[in-house]
Amino acid sequence: MENTTFPPFAVTPEIDAEADKRISQYPEDRKRSAGLPLLHIIQHHFGFINAEATQWVASKLDLEPMQVYEVVSFYPGLREHAPGKYHMRVCRTLSCAMAGSAELMERICELTGIDRSKSDSHHNPIAVSPCGQWSVEFAECLASCGTGPVCMVNDDFHEAVDPDSAQELLDKYDHASSKAATS
Amino acid sequence: MSKISYLPGKEPDAREHRLIFKNVDRVNWDNSIDCYIKDGGYEQLKKALKMEPQTITNEVKTSGLRGRGGAGFPTGVKWGFIPPTNTKPVYLICNCDESEPGTFKDRYIVHQDPHQLIEGMVISSFAVGANTAYIYIREEFPEAATILEKAIEEAHEKNFLGENILGSGFNLEIYIHRGAGAYICGEETGLIESLEGKRPYPRIKPPYFPAALGLYMSPTIVNNVESLCHVKHIIEMGGEEYAKLGTPRNTGTRILCVSGDVKKPGYYEVEVGKITMGELLNDVCGGPKDGRSFKAVIPGGSSAKIMRCEETYQIKNADGSQKDLSFYDIPMDFDTIAACGSMAGSGGVIVMDDSRKISWVLNNINHFYAHESCGQCTPCREGSMWMRKISDRIANGQATPEDVQTLEDVAYQIDGRTVCAFGEAASWPVEAIISKFRDELEAETSEDNEYLSEEAKQQLAFINH
Repeated sequence: MENTTFPPFAVTPEIDAEADKRISQYPEDRKRSAGLPLLHIIQHHFGFINAEATQWVASKLDLEPMQVYEVVSFYPGLREHAPGKYHMRVCRTLSCAMAGSAELMERICELTGIDRSKSDSHHNPIAVSPCGQWSVEFAECLASCGTGPVCMVNDDFHEAVDPDSAQELLDKYDHASSKAATS
Repeated sequence: MSKISYLPGKEPDAREHRLIFKNVDRVNWDNSIDCYIKDGGYEQLKKALKMEPQTITNEVKTSGLRGRGGAGFPTGVKWGFIPPTNTKPVYLICNCDESEPGTFKDRYIVHQDPHQLIEGMVISSFAVGANTAYIYIREEFPEAATILEKAIEEAHEKNFLGENILGSGFNLEIYIHRGAGAYICGEETGLIESLEGKRPYPRIKPPYFPAALGLYMSPTIVNNVESLCHVKHIIEMGGEEYAKLGTPRNTGTRILCVSGDVKKPGYYEVEVGKITMGELLNDVCGGPKDGRSFKAVIPGGSSAKIMRCEETYQIKNADGSQKDLSFYDIPMDFDTIAACGSMAGSGGVIVMDDSRKISWVLNNINHFYAHESCGQCTPCREGSMWMRKISDRIANGQATPEDVQTLEDVAYQIDGRTVCAFGEAASWPVEAIISKFRDELEAETSEDNEYLSEEAKQQLAFINH
């Protein structure tokens, strides 16, 4: 299904100014440093980073597109495909796993109708719900091990999310769609 | 100064000594600059700007402060590695990539007391002669990044940052640089490569310290959030006075982050070495959950070697004689934990009770390192993945006893054969878990494993043929 959550890539004067501000934070002959900041701006506005966006970053930084793409393809925090409107990252690492993060992930998938069977940690970490609203991904240590299991929904951080309270968590974002997936 | 009171349920334990976390969970405290200044904030900066930069470095050396990020290297000594003949710009980088599993201290500092970090950074930048500083913050801390951006703006307005800070003639700009979810960016040369806009492949050593060649091939000091905050307190107390906190060679306070199977997990700031493992786990953290007993502890983030709770360690006294030390009597310092074969690392204490299968723990850790290996060095890239595959089999009851040996062999072939310490970080947990729990792991395997897939049986037959 075509994801319509995010606008198509198009540079507005605001985005261009935001990018220029970031570039100015590094020495003039070291523009390449602004790679990650610019990619974050794009991902924030458009949900993911496509080839066109990579080209734009390259042209802003006087680089070859490949020099930008090698960064995009390395970092787990940068996406090449659209996530759901609400992207959920559940911590998979030891302390959260001991507190039940695998069960939490299972429960979220049940409630949103997400099929994680084709996901893996390296090449295909993100699974999207059939309605396109939700997506999930296991994250490595979110650095709140004392209050596990923890997860992030977009930029929001949630602690001590009991698997039984997964519905409550989803309801904070979109009541209708999580219910629809279960019916 | 009025007596500090804390939020209900967030009271520090009586055995804590709060310096860095003084304002965390404090009643009527917020992260604005006004609140910070009202409490005496930025006074140490004013004091430091009147000192000679070299004097500040000397105070930090005298304090005995050891880096709180993992390696425990003396901070003042690190600063001293900037070549005296240097003519290039010097950079300071705050490593806020907090991602060592089990560690959760920097998050609270940045969220609740960002100006403490900024003040520490301005003082440190002045000491090392840096006019540009970056905070490399992990991408998973979006709120923290926003808080820091605001704090920097506030500090600018008051001229604690920018041109001619408080009339001292010293200039400094601090910028936020967000990572993108890669653990390897905590390695200081990987972090620098990332900051330069490249893949974060750690650099070949020597030079061992970026203080010689770092960001843009200029001298660069990379310090952990907690370490930089300590600098402020060293200026306040004086290096000699600060060194009286803690124990000799293990000075000051540090934040221990306890997670896993204890009644009261959380963060506890204690004087280094003044509290034992037993006091921390049984008294401060309330002991094991009801009906359970402690089985194993990882004392300094998941890269540190696991310790068995019923074990006794032989330690050398200062005079060369030996003494026996039970696990619970180990002081929480750098040197004794190292002498017991593990490391104090980042202060992340992960506790496992007798309900945990060690194969499951091992497998969880192996998945982490297989995911986070940057892929630059073959032993680590391939080895971490092989280790994950083998521990997958053990955890799923599909392994033969040889698998445990193979796993150990792979670990020892990564250790010491990589550009950066990630090789050790990935292989030490495996080596330690096998050496401490070999029986338990082997008990989960079987010679003639009925669970083995046809494919696995064929592979085994091929190998054994």
